Amino acid sequence: MMLAAQQFPRLLAGLTPGATMSFANHTLIHGSMDVPEFQPATGQHPLILEIERAGVRGYGGSSFPTATKIAAVAAQKAQPLVVINAMEGESLSDKDMLLMRHLPHLVLDGAIAIAIAIGSDRVLVAFDGAAGGLRRAVERAISERPELGTRGFPRIVAAPLAGGYLAGQETALVAALNGKAAKPTLTPPYPFERGVNRRPTLISNGETFAQIALIVRHGATWFQGLGSARAPGTRLVTVSGAVARARVVEVAGGTTVRRLLDASGGMTESLQGLLLGGYAGSWLPPEAIDLPLDHESLGQRGVSLGPGIVFALGASACPVAEVAAVTEWLRHESAGQCGVCVNGLGAISDALLELRGDGDRSGAYGQIERWCGLVTGRGACALPDGAASFVTSAMRTFKAKFEDHARRGHCDACLEPRVLPLGDKPVRPRQQARKLVAA
Amino acid sequence: MSQPLRLDPIACTGHGLCAELFPERIWLDDWGYPVIEAGELTPELDEHARRAEASCPALALRLQRDR
Amino acid sequence: MILAALSSSSTTYWYLTRSTGAVALILLTLVVVLGVIDVSRLSSGFWPRFVTDTLHRRVSLLAVAFLGVHILTAVLDTYAPIGFWDAVIPFHSSYRPLWLGFGAIAFDMLLALMISSIFRSRIGQRSWRAIHWLAYACWPIAVLHGLGTGSDVKQVWMLVIDGLCVVSVIGAVALRMSLTVTVTRAVRVIGIAMPVAFALGLLVWLPGGPLASGWAARAGTPAKLIAHRVTTEAATR
Repeated sequence: MMLAAQQFPRLLAGLTPGATMSFANHTLIHGSMDVPEFQPATGQHPLILEIERAGVRGYGGSSFPTATKIAAVAAQKAQPLVVINAMEGESLSDKDMLLMRHLPHLVLDGAIAIAIAIGSDRVLVAFDGAAGGLRRAVERAISERPELGTRGFPRIVAAPLAGGYLAGQETALVAALNGKAAKPTLTPPYPFERGVNRRPTLISNGETFAQIALIVRHGATWFQGLGSARAPGTRLVTVSGAVARARVVEVAGGTTVRRLLDASGGMTESLQGLLLGGYAGSWLPPEAIDLPLDHESLGQRGVSLGPGIVFALGASACPVAEVAAVTEWLRHESAGQCGVCVNGLGAISDALLELRGDGDRSGAYGQIERWCGLVTGRGACALPDGAASFVTSAMRTFKAKFEDHARRGHCDACLEPRVLPLGDKPVRPRQQARKLVAA
Repeated sequence: MSQPLRLDPIACTGHGLCAELFPERIWLDDWGYPVIEAGELTPELDEHARRAEASCPALALRLQRDR
Repeated sequence: MILAALSSSSTTYWYLTRSTGAVALILLTLVVVLGVIDVSRLSSGFWPRFVTDTLHRRVSLLAVAFLGVHILTAVLDTYAPIGFWDAVIPFHSSYRPLWLGFGAIAFDMLLALMISSIFRSRIGQRSWRAIHWLAYACWPIAVLHGLGTGSDVKQVWMLVIDGLCVVSVIGAVALRMSLTVTVTRAVRVIGIAMPVAFALGLLVWLPGGPLASGWAARAGTPAKLIAHRVTTEAATR
């Protein structure tokens, strides 16, 4: 069955809350997939070219051009390995959990197609082993496909791992899959050169593989049938905060925040600010509500959607207290390997916590921005960079509130319970896709 | 090469000898860890860079050979 | 007459081996102290880290150089039957096997320290560091070698040198233990207790050992050499 280009939803088609789609139903909705042929060590495989034409960028947060990544792995001499990264370390993101729990076959399809195209014999599905029901869903999906491991199909192995903010970071993930502590390692060597079991490893986000599964079936032109020129196709965004129905939404590229919030039942109180991209992302003032969510428009503001996260801060919350709490949590999530991160995030976190308290002001507030500059680009991974962006954008967006706290200590809202989750997943959102086409 | 001096931030434990020996390009941040400024190396600076690389007790500083 | 029986060049070698041995001990002590200061990260405006680090490396090369002369002259000297292999293989010589053996062990360790340091970038930081811990074993073994084989051990100036060396190392280690924050209290106590125990052990052992008469025989000097020396001393008195 062919999904028409304008047909919506795509990824979330047929999603039933609380149930995992069986392989049979998956085949009914999406049709069976024509498996590509293996072509040795060339970046010119038609599937890779098609993905490039479609303009797919990774949906795990890096927005790295997927075709480039696949070609880099394919060009290596040793036999590659494919990893589906469903670790989803960002607390505000729920889409990969949703895909693996309810629509695993779409993700598996994409991984299988790529694995065959680049000659890989194995696919690992990396996910948080503690997440409820996930392991069962993944293993059941694998068992529903008896052709795996035969006739050229790769073996697919479930790899439940310990969660954490850094658990999805590529080199940390490789380390964990190699049986070591999940801490980032120095690059080079990059995973695409030497990763799991010292083999070239393609690591892509679960949603990225799901998108590839659709492109294999329908092609790049179909993919671009929805979305805008700058943001082709659709993507999943987790919307949470002061909205009536926090949820994962599938949206066409280039849509605005306003439409996302509308799709989530609208605001429950007036909007104080927006967080895009999660805890490595950026805060924006309410005026950004009409910003088109494509890579370039966001890039011009120095902002990114990350793994598809939009959080709406309501007027009743205190941005200073929220940022302080998250920064302290990020500091403890640090792998603790780099002195710059350990000391820098420590100093920044302590200075922010001061704003929430009543104690003596140490004057450290004036140092925060300089410290954020100091921790950027000097660690083994991007955790401090993300934290720095998170903090500086907040200080810019909520400047008056921060300065007020610097002078007078905590406000009333500081005493309220926090609204940003620390490590816990938000309440599992029910899906409801709405057709949203960029104006 | 725009950044011939590469620091391994995981191995670095902030001894600071590199900054002592190559203050033209390396200075220590608030916590004793080196900030390495980018830029090509003149032959004169190259000598200091090599001494800085050799002096690191943690082997964290590497001068790219094909520069 | 007996003096003439000993070739003058042989005496030169014997004096050289003793003097270079003493100097090597002093230099080795200096290397250990500098190493401890280095790892304690002490520095000032006038004495930056790289000075400690560079001195540590250079003095260790100097120590090895003096050690080389010390060994060479000991081997070349015909007075005591010390062969070339006795420098690296312990406990096989016919001259004071135990105490000379300590010297061989210390020298072997020093070779390992030197070679691992030269090839540090090849073997990697972790392996290099593991091997470098040998330094804390090498130094006391060298001290024991000097006390056990040293012909000048009973001389006041030699005892003063030995004393200063031991005190310096104890002082340096105590300073390091007091400065370090990443180590548990138990480790800190053990760290200071060990060199102090070494020093106390020496104080207990020396009067009944090398400083007592008849030590040469007890230490394993071949009988005919003792007879020789007794005759020589009688002749020179």
